[in-house]
Amino acid sequence: MTEATGGIEMEEDTSGKIKKFLYVNRKAPYGTIYALESLEVVLIAAAFDQDVSLAFLDDGVYQVVKGQHTKGIDVKNFSPTYRALEGYDIEKLFVEKESMEARGLKEDDFIVPVKVVNAQEMADLMQSQDVIFSF
Amino acid sequence: MLHTVNKSPTERNALESCLKHLAKGAAVLLMEDGVYGALKGTTTTKTVEQALKSYPIYALYPDIEARGMQDRVIDGIKLVDYSGFVDLVAEHANVQAWL
Repeated sequence: MTEATGGIEMEEDTSGKIKKFLYVNRKAPYGTIYALESLEVVLIAAAFDQDVSLAFLDDGVYQVVKGQHTKGIDVKNFSPTYRALEGYDIEKLFVEKESMEARGLKEDDFIVPVKVVNAQEMADLMQSQDVIFSF
Repeated sequence: MLHTVNKSPTERNALESCLKHLAKGAAVLLMEDGVYGALKGTTTTKTVEQALKSYPIYALYPDIEARGMQDRVIDGIKLVDYSGFVDLVAEHANVQAWL
């Protein structure tokens, strides 16, 4: 039934093997463009039905802190977007415990449900991926 | 001299270096990602509190608020808005930016 699509096989092997993608976020939001760019790439990648995880470590943990109000600096507040990721089946968000604690943060300071893991567990998570994107 | 710091203390050593080079009449303004240096309960809090005994430290409130850090600022750090920033620049003979 390829006539309707002009001979293009819509159901063709785009699925292939589902790969494990990890987005590693290590930068604070707003001071640089990295956090926003990472989010943009994650949203694009969401269309490809891969096994996506997000890691937040070092200053990256600041990206998912709740209570961000950016009117005063005239910049888009993109933190609510992390809550929308669930709608794209991106539900595996990991925060590194050591990074969180070094910044005086606790698990209930985050805008989305996250899994807090220690550095060793984070290392294992990284090791288990097919593709890593670094921001 | 007004010293401005716009980098996170856990990303660069700008704040640490700045605080080591303060002299009589110095004041510090934390801005952009530099406001993470104004927070309680972090690995840099002690160093900042120590400097606060000798020098006034300010933080730019719009940058604090943007990052959701409004309830975490060290007691004694003064919050300023953009016009307060301008006043600080005008009050000091010089500005040194720690990038």
